[in-house]
Amino acid sequence: MRLLNLLFPERRTSAVIARERLKIVLAHERASRDAPDFLPVLQKELLDVIGRYVEIRSDMIRVNLGRSGDTSLLEINVEIDSAQVSPAKNGAAGDGKAAARIDPGAAAPWVKPS
Amino acid sequence: MAGKVIVLTSGKGGVGKTTSAAAIAAGLALRGHRTVVIDFDVGLRNLDLIMGCERRVVFDFINVINGDAKLNQALIKDKRNDSLYIFPTSQTRDKDALKRDGVERVLEELKDSFDYIVCDSPAGIEHGALTAMYFADSAIIVTNPEVSSVRDSDRIIGLLASKSRRAEFNLEPVAVHLLLSRYSPERVRKGEMLTVEDVKEILSIPLLGVIPESESVLRASNTGTPVVFDEESPAGRAYHDAVARFLGEQRELRFLQPERRSFFRALFGRA
Repeated sequence: MRLLNLLFPERRTSAVIARERLKIVLAHERASRDAPDFLPVLQKELLDVIGRYVEIRSDMIRVNLGRSGDTSLLEINVEIDSAQVSPAKNGAAGDGKAAARIDPGAAAPWVKPS
Repeated sequence: MAGKVIVLTSGKGGVGKTTSAAAIAAGLALRGHRTVVIDFDVGLRNLDLIMGCERRVVFDFINVINGDAKLNQALIKDKRNDSLYIFPTSQTRDKDALKRDGVERVLEELKDSFDYIVCDSPAGIEHGALTAMYFADSAIIVTNPEVSSVRDSDRIIGLLASKSRRAEFNLEPVAVHLLLSRYSPERVRKGEMLTVEDVKEILSIPLLGVIPESESVLRASNTGTPVVFDEESPAGRAYHDAVARFLGEQRELRFLQPERRSFFRALFGRA
């Protein structure tokens, strides 16, 4: 069958294109449909708080509510640009995606003057 | 008697909700079940025309909700089948006339005397459509093999799972069925139309039936006769199959292959 598929690949008919477009758009819509209403607000407030310590853009934070069985899992991913974090101060691994260790006591040099 | 509430819904307009509601209701009645079909499209009454009783409408759904008429004054008995009743809607422009507690009261009253209460939902996801689906025990999602219809159906399936009475009260979920209408085997063969399998896989709900695109559907609406009364019509027979499956029978899918037209039929026959 593999060989046959290689020799005669599925024709990219308009119906095949329709099916692929639908699968992509619906996967995206289903994920956002089940999300509770507070997620966008939570994401914005987290962004404000983290933004006081490190420079961060809105696309660098992702908030998802997942579910497995009876447990709900609130997953927060914050991506921090290593260039914006002083390695001497917090010892970030420097791979650009490391979680920033922030000492709440010390006045961090990278704080943006507000 | 505790009747079951079936909603025909789709999100998108023009996919064949009213045609299907009329055909499914008539199909249930032809099998001896006492059935009423209700028009939920307040302001755009059309079920009466499709059922051929437009000149017999005196009182409507909103009159009964408001207590201006009794249920038996508003129900129209079908002239072709004793088990079939039509409950027309109002032409008022006040969409909010469809009050949820009033609708609930009327449905509860209908459940006492009917086996099946078929609700023909308006298009969209506004008040009328949400009210039509709210009390449903089963839902038939009418979908065309076309991207916008499939997307809207997916949205409606999501709403049924979250906004129906069964969802709000943590009861057994609404039983959701797919009815694929306006299917053209010829165009599917040419790769111009999504296949049954495509739509089934994307929406992942059980398939109740596939209604082939058929000239008989327009003929049926022209004359105000639900298409199941046309014994010759492929669409009519496909609706009969769908009704049988709804009632739990096993039936093979038909009309999925392009029709071979004989020379004489091509010359003289009708489709």
